[in-house]
Amino acid sequence: MIALENVTKRYGGQTVVDDVSLTLGGEGVTALIGPNGAGKTTLFSLVGRLVKPDAGRVTVGGLDIATTPSGDLAKTLAVLRQDNHVAARLTVHDLVEFGRFPHSRGRLTVEDREHIEQAISYLDLGAHRDRFLDELSGGQRQRAFIAMVLAQDTKYVLLDEPLNNLDLRHMTEIMRLVRRMADELGKRVITVLHDINFAATWSGRIVAMRDGVVVADAPAREIMRPEVLKAVYDTTVDVREIDGRPVALYYG
Amino acid sequence: MLGGAVLALVVGYLFTGVPGSLAFALEIRSLTVAAMLVVSTAVGVSTVVFHTITQNRILTPSIMGFDAFYVLISTVIVFVSGSAAFLAFDELTLWFVQVVVMVAFSVLLFTWLFGGKRRSIHLMLLVGIVLGTFFRSFTEWMQRMLDPLDFRVLSDAMFASLTRPDETLLVLSAVLVALGCAAVVPLRRTLDVLTLGEPTAVGLGVDHRRVVMALFAAVSVMIAASTALVGPILFFGLIVANLAYSYAGSFRHAWTLPTAVLLGMVCLLGGQLVLERAFGFGGTLSTVIDFAGGLFFLYLVLRKGAR
Repeated sequence: MIALENVTKRYGGQTVVDDVSLTLGGEGVTALIGPNGAGKTTLFSLVGRLVKPDAGRVTVGGLDIATTPSGDLAKTLAVLRQDNHVAARLTVHDLVEFGRFPHSRGRLTVEDREHIEQAISYLDLGAHRDRFLDELSGGQRQRAFIAMVLAQDTKYVLLDEPLNNLDLRHMTEIMRLVRRMADELGKRVITVLHDINFAATWSGRIVAMRDGVVVADAPAREIMRPEVLKAVYDTTVDVREIDGRPVALYYG
Repeated sequence: MLGGAVLALVVGYLFTGVPGSLAFALEIRSLTVAAMLVVSTAVGVSTVVFHTITQNRILTPSIMGFDAFYVLISTVIVFVSGSAAFLAFDELTLWFVQVVVMVAFSVLLFTWLFGGKRRSIHLMLLVGIVLGTFFRSFTEWMQRMLDPLDFRVLSDAMFASLTRPDETLLVLSAVLVALGCAAVVPLRRTLDVLTLGEPTAVGLGVDHRRVVMALFAAVSVMIAASTALVGPILFFGLIVANLAYSYAGSFRHAWTLPTAVLLGMVCLLGGQLVLERAFGFGGTLSTVIDFAGGLFFLYLVLRKGAR
């Protein structure tokens, strides 16, 4: 489990994450939603040890991230950030190879190569393996990065807005993959999503944040209610039942 | 192939155009070749590492004010004690003082800006640029007040020169550069991961802060040693590193680092050959390298842009 205990983070005078206690990483997919500036990405950065909390403690699978060597944590927790710009020219295969770094420190073993091959075929990137990242479409590049995270072979996977800048087809494709990773491979996926309909469709549990605190944490169906969504986004959202599934309407 | 080119140039340099005794020429010239090896290793490795850490391929460590600081130290010495004293100065002491002061300066800068809470590479670079400009202006001010004769001696000393290095200094510099390499080489795979950027590298289990501090320290020592040995020659690192990226055909440091070093050798040897044989020593090595290298670099940039 990923456990946050009374975690607080301030930037300057502003409190971005305010005394949050939260347990993440149950089976399946957990979605983290909330308006811009709610503290979702900061929460990920805290768990991903990119920033240090001003107060509180974060543990991943029982390991305190403040004291556990970074290399050990990388074997249980993989993080995919929002914008992944790479200065060097890498091929898809090169990138996925990096996913094995925590295990082999760059010296690939037979087992590493198997993991790399599996990740590449899992994300259907076989045809693109030798292409450079800057020659791929947005959807393919996102898949390549997810393949890297998958090759890292961790129990917990954090994805920060994996649907950013993707079109409808690729959004659905990525979410289906994320779901499969959770169901078939037993990954505990926690992902930041902006489209609440995607969150409701593909995840079991939704955690909603606003102004640095968790305002709602429940199964998807219970979050998909006009009054809850109004409290989270401060916008009127209509929720209708279509084919037995709640669908949020917020287009006008 | 590159190794072959280097060998050919070494042989060409060592054995051609010998006016007198071959043994004597060999002795002197092999010292020069050794100095070139030390310098191209220091400059090539440190520039590539610096690029990876800063995620930027058009910077050189000189942006941190290294050369400016070197010139400043020398100028202060001449300013305070006069050129006669500067020339009479024991070379070993001078080298030692310069290395210590340069390393101390950069370590201070790194720990202050990178060890603190708001660690930011960009802030560090910015402070480096500002300090570099400050050093340069301060140097200029002092140089303006110098006696013309003193100034002449000083500016002569400030052009990088690889010919006839002092043997003791050469050995000492070689040891420092070797130490720097010994720190960098085991980290080559970690360096590969650093090309992905800090967030991803941290996610893959790299202790970013510790690694970057170690790398910066190695870069400072190598640069200080080579600058104190031959003078400011850092711009050439930019050319060599960028040539290495296109020539090595791989982003991996196991390839780019040695390629940069070998290309450095080619540049220095080629430049020295041109300087000695074509111009009869009528210039300085850095002029030749900057001119030829700059042109080649422009060609490379334009060709890439056209594709």
